[in-house]
This record gives sequence, structure tokens and C-alpha cells, in this order.
Amino acid sequence: MRIALFITCYNDTLFPETGVAVVRVLERLGHEVVFPAGQTCCGQMHWNSGYQEEALPLLPRFVRQFRDAEAVVVPSSSCVAMMREHYPMMAKRLEQRGGHDGLAAEVARLLERVWEFSELLTKRLGVTEVGAYFPQRVTCHASCHGLRSLGLGDGPKSLLRAVRGLELVEIANEERCCGFGGTFAIKNAAVSGAMLEEKMADVLATGAAVCTATDNSCLMHIDGGLHRRRSAVRTMHLAEILASTERVGDAGVREEAVR
Amino acid sequence: MSAATELERRGERGARGGLDPRTAPAFPVAAARALGDAQLRRNLHHATEVIQAKRARVVGEMPDWQALRDAGEAIRRHTMEHLDRYLEQFEERCVRAGGVVHWARDAAEARGIVVRLVEDAAAREGQRGEDSSAANEVLKIKSMTTEEIQLNPALEAAGFRVYETDLAELIIQLGHDQPSHIVVPALHKNRQQIRELFRREMNLPELGESPEELAEAARRFLRERFLRVPIAVSGANFLIAETGGVCVVESEGNGRMCLTLPRTLITVAGIDKVVPRFRDLEVLLQTLPRSATGERMNPYNSIWTGVRAGDGPEQFHVVLLDNGRTEVLADAEARQTLHCIRCGACQNACPVYRETGGHAYGSVYAGPIGAILTPQLQHMEHAQSLPFASSLCGACYEVCPVKINIPEVLIHLRNRVVKRRTAGLRVVGDPEAWAMRTASTIFRSERRFRAAQRMGRMAERLWERKDKAGEQWVTSLPGPLGGWTATRDLRAMPKETFREWWERRGKKTAQADAGNGTEVGDE
Repeated sequence: MRIALFITCYNDTLFPETGVAVVRVLERLGHEVVFPAGQTCCGQMHWNSGYQEEALPLLPRFVRQFRDAEAVVVPSSSCVAMMREHYPMMAKRLEQRGGHDGLAAEVARLLERVWEFSELLTKRLGVTEVGAYFPQRVTCHASCHGLRSLGLGDGPKSLLRAVRGLELVEIANEERCCGFGGTFAIKNAAVSGAMLEEKMADVLATGAAVCTATDNSCLMHIDGGLHRRRSAVRTMHLAEILASTERVGDAGVREEAVR
Repeated sequence: MSAATELERRGERGARGGLDPRTAPAFPVAAARALGDAQLRRNLHHATEVIQAKRARVVGEMPDWQALRDAGEAIRRHTMEHLDRYLEQFEERCVRAGGVVHWARDAAEARGIVVRLVEDAAAREGQRGEDSSAANEVLKIKSMTTEEIQLNPALEAAGFRVYETDLAELIIQLGHDQPSHIVVPALHKNRQQIRELFRREMNLPELGESPEELAEAARRFLRERFLRVPIAVSGANFLIAETGGVCVVESEGNGRMCLTLPRTLITVAGIDKVVPRFRDLEVLLQTLPRSATGERMNPYNSIWTGVRAGDGPEQFHVVLLDNGRTEVLADAEARQTLHCIRCGACQNACPVYRETGGHAYGSVYAGPIGAILTPQLQHMEHAQSLPFASSLCGACYEVCPVKINIPEVLIHLRNRVVKRRTAGLRVVGDPEAWAMRTASTIFRSERRFRAAQRMGRMAERLWERKDKAGEQWVTSLPGPLGGWTATRDLRAMPKETFREWWERRGKKTAQADAGNGTEVGDE
């Protein structure tokens, strides 16, 4: 299959290794990955922070970039949730203003082909075994948007269980938010920090060496907290674990995407 | 003094003290204060976990729980779409059954009506001449609506002693405290703290801390008042349009005492409390107790219709309160706020409430429902920080028995707050609005986005520091971004963006293809 990668703005800028990993996993499974160069941002930050006017123009931009894709893969559960929950209404609003005839219908058709990374594997491609090898103790943080908006359920963990060498440890209070919440982390930094403290305690209690998730935004927050408290536990996007093989260790992806 | 000015005067006085969204500090400020109280946080963690576990157990045993949620949502949506009709129907049927219905546009008007009704009732009691002292006393059943309108201070200002009879509300009243939860108002207090309060306020120095002893102390304290005081004020869980009946559910039986023993009963209810038919309770009385207290059914379910000679109150009044609700109804995207049946499940499930408790919200309506309800009841003029007091995790929506999409309403209200704040030229002096507009401009062009990525990397480099492991990290940022580094570090930006890697790899592959004709991957 020819799969278009929507890397998302923050992964593009801050977590290129996740994109590299997505490309590697999908190519290993025999698919072709394309990257429409004009893509930027889904508009989640603006929309969720109250700046709806500023988010609106990003929708037609996304549609132009991806309208012809057979499937779109997005390694960020919150961005996919943004698109599924708000794009239909945004499209309607733009149509009403004029100059965007047929946008709502086009968005509806396109959204059927937009998949969060783990979802693409488990639901669209129907695979859980992707030939990965990662000999570490790993715990999986269920990002709220993945858990509640996308209903990923056991999907990400089923992929992890199929990784050779990997020991998956369940985390306590799995459904509890880590406290990131986009601009919430800055506007309500103290509460966000208190929520992070609880999440870190649960992560550390698993004894895992790596905490993974389907969303780098939660992981950036958890990673930052763990580093602040001098913990050796690392965070890694699910795609990076699935990209690891005997031949190329987990560090390979990070080395390749120049840090 | 004219009647209107008299009402206003009482209104002003009534508004003093208590949780007032108009004067409360912004959520981040109040929350930071709450976070510093270790005892409070232990109490919150314990209490919310206990209630959530009970709820999970009784919800889990219902095979048709999702269908009940759908039915509840349908009932509430239908009601709001025809609220005018059902309110008038309720009024007509209630009056026919011997009740008196009053309409209050706002809190001040509602306070004025209740104070006048209480005064009238007290005068009647005075004429009976049985117990003149009791005529200056009023019983209360737990009612967040009367907290919303700050009724108690208004009654006290008019010379009445008010007795809260719900155990939790009694604890709040004796401690000169404020409710922190709509179902469990004293959720922020633990048993030891309650014992100390009872020892002091009820003059019981030997009181133990077992639930039985505490309940017994409250029972003795209250029972005597139930038998003496002839006037009671209640809230309502539901107003039934079809019958004109009113429904109150509770766990203690103290409400039942207040509803049946006094000669005058005054019920204050928001106009959103109406349900069309008696049979609609079939759904809501299943979902409410399970969501609220983790009980299959409330121990006390009281439904009464008007008055009946020789049985219960002789005078029954209902005060229907708008206080901003009509405006909520008019906002299509926020209307679902009014579907709320006040179960408090969203408060127990909320990871933010779990850390801060209710007082930080500066309103009797705390937690996720408070974050959407309070600013709207304030006509979006106060409590503007509340829609932002959420990580949008969706736990509230998941547990809501009438499926209010609270995150969706939060996002909508954030937009209203921003639009109001940045109207006209105000954006110039608003760093956040400026940053957001700039970011949007950047995201609308690939060229500008690439330039911003490069510039961001250069700027960020100034703040990078090497840690002990030799990795580059940012541990301190200036301005609003300092909120991030207050509790977290930030991994230094990579030297290459994904798109740069992609293009570099593309060239490499193309060269390799041209060189030997074999496909070369990126490994």
C-alpha cells in the first residue's frame, strides 16, 4: 500500500526519530511511504486553546496535501482525535462561509483513510507481529486521546506483546491522565506538575526501563519530569520500539535521525 | 422602602461571603494554594478513589448501562428542546395540586422571594403562638442551588437561624466552611477533622471517630430541630412536568424529615431540573444514584405533589430559578451543560479535581461540570480561567450518566473566552494571542514553517545545558514557557527535523539508484 505520512508539526520538529521509525516499520512490512512536503500542523493547539479562527485555515491545507492518499498514517493519537472530532464541524463552518464547496463531504471521505500509527497496523493492515526485537522491560502509557477518543483499547499493547524479547509490564491507574494537556501544561503548570508526579510514581513502580505511548506529547511531559528527578527510565514512541530489530538496536533510529 | 429595593438590599447582603465566582481568584492561583495542603490532597485522593470504586462496581453490573446513558441523554436533550412547554406544564400541574410557583430571573430575585416566603410563614407561625423561638428558624435540605444563590446569608441577614440538615452540609456549616463537591460537600474533610469539629461545636469532648458515633451525634443534634422548626427550604433533583411533582433523592433520611414535618416547605430549583414524564425517572433514578454515590438506589426517594390536608406541609412553594440558564440554553454548542443531573461523577473522575479539590474552582459547582457551568452562569464575565482548568482527558465525559461532552463544551467556552479577550485591537497587548496568531501564520506556509523550525532551533540552543550523561537539555525557560520548566526539563531539539532527514534520505536513495541500479534502504 502507498501510505502518506502526516508526521505532525511537533514530531517533525522535536521527534524526527518517531517519523524515521514509522517509515522503517511500514517499509519493512512492504509498503511504500510518501511524505507530502506541504504539510504542517493539524490545528489542535489552536483549536483546543480557544483560537478556532486560527485553526480553521489549517484544515483545507491538510485536505490539499492528503486528498489523494490511499491511507494516511499519523504517529500522534491526539492529532488524530483532533481531526476526527473537530474536522467535520470545521469543514461545515468553512463551507457556510463560502469558497469551500464540497469540503465537508471530502473531509468525511478523507477521515475514513486517516489512521493513528498503531491503529493502521492493527485495524487497517491487520498485523500485530511486525518483526521487531526489543529486549527491555517496557510499560505502556495509554494517552487519553488514544484511550477515549480513538478507542485504541488493547491495540498498542498487542503490538508490544508481539515484540521479541520485550517484557510488557502493566502500569497502575492506566486510564489516568499524565497531566500534559497541551497549553494546560503551561497555563496550569502547578496542577499539571502534580498530575505528572502521580504518573511518574506509577511509571517507576513498574520497574520498566522504557515508558512508551502512541503520543509523543505525553511522553515529552513524562520524559521531562523523569529527567528532572534524575531517573534513568527513558520514554520512546511505540513506533521506535517496533522499528527496533536484532540488526539495528533501539538506538539506531535515534542515531539516524540526528540528535 | 419599595419592595424592589428591599429585595435588592437583601440580595446584596446575601451575596456576601461564600464561594463567589465574581471575586474568586483565578483557578491557577487558587489551585496552587490547594496543592500546598498535603492533608487536603490525601483526603481528596482517598475520598474520590472510594467513590469511584463503588461507582465502578454498581455500573459494571448493569448490562444496559450504555443504553441507559443514551436514554438519559435523549430525555435531557428533548426536555431542553421544549423547556418552555414543560416548565409551564409543571407550573400548571403543581398549582392545580395546591403548590405555589414563583419565577426568579436571577439569584437576587430568588433570595428575595424565599426570604419573603419565610417571613410570611414565620408570621403565620407567630400567630399560632406555640413556640415563638422556632418561628425564627429554618431547616435546610442539602441544595447546591441555594448555595448558588447564597441563600443562607440572606436568611441570616433577615434575622433567621438556618440549620443545614444534610450531614455533610452540617459539617460545612459548623466549620464555617464551603462545599467542595456537589454530592459530597465535605469530601475534603476526613473523619478525624469532622470529629474535632463536632467535639468543639456540639460540645461533645468525649466523641469518638467511628462513623456510628459521628452519625449518632449528628442525629441527636438534628432530631430535636426537625421536631421543632416549622419552615424548611429544599432543592430538587427533578421537577416532573406531567404531574407537577417534585423529586428529592438522598441517603440519610434527613431530607425526608424536612419534607414531611414542617408546615411550610419552599423548594428552590433551577429551570433545568424539569423532566417531561413520571416514567422518565425510570431511567434517571437508575443512573443518578449509581453515578453519584455508587448505590443501586438511593435509600430515600421522596416524590410529592402539591399539598394534601393532614399529610405533610400545608404550604408548598416552588421557586424556579433562571440565573443565567436561559442564556446557556440559547448557546447551541453549550446547551448540553443543562443536561446535568448533578451526580458529581465527573468530579470524582477528574484528575484535576483530584489534585485541587473543589474550592479552587471558586464556585459551588466545582470540577469538570463546574468548569463549564460556572462561567456560563456568570454570563461569561467571571470565572474565565475555569474552561482552561482541564487537560481535556475526557474522563468526565466517559462517566457522565447523560453523556455531556464536557471536553467539547470546554473547548467551545475557551473560544468564547479568547474571542472576548481579543476583540478589537486588544490582541496587540496580549502575548498569548500574538503568539497564537503568529503560529497560525507560520503553519499556513511550508516555507515559513521550515524557517520557524530553523529559528526555533537556534533560539533554543541558547537555553541548552549539558547534563551529567552528556545530553543536551533545557532546564529553565523565560516568560510563560517557564511554566514548563517549573516542574519538567525539556530535551534539546534535534539537529535535524524529520523533513530534513526525509529529503536527505531521498537524495541518498536517488544517488544509489543512479549508481548501481539496486535499491538501497535507509539502514
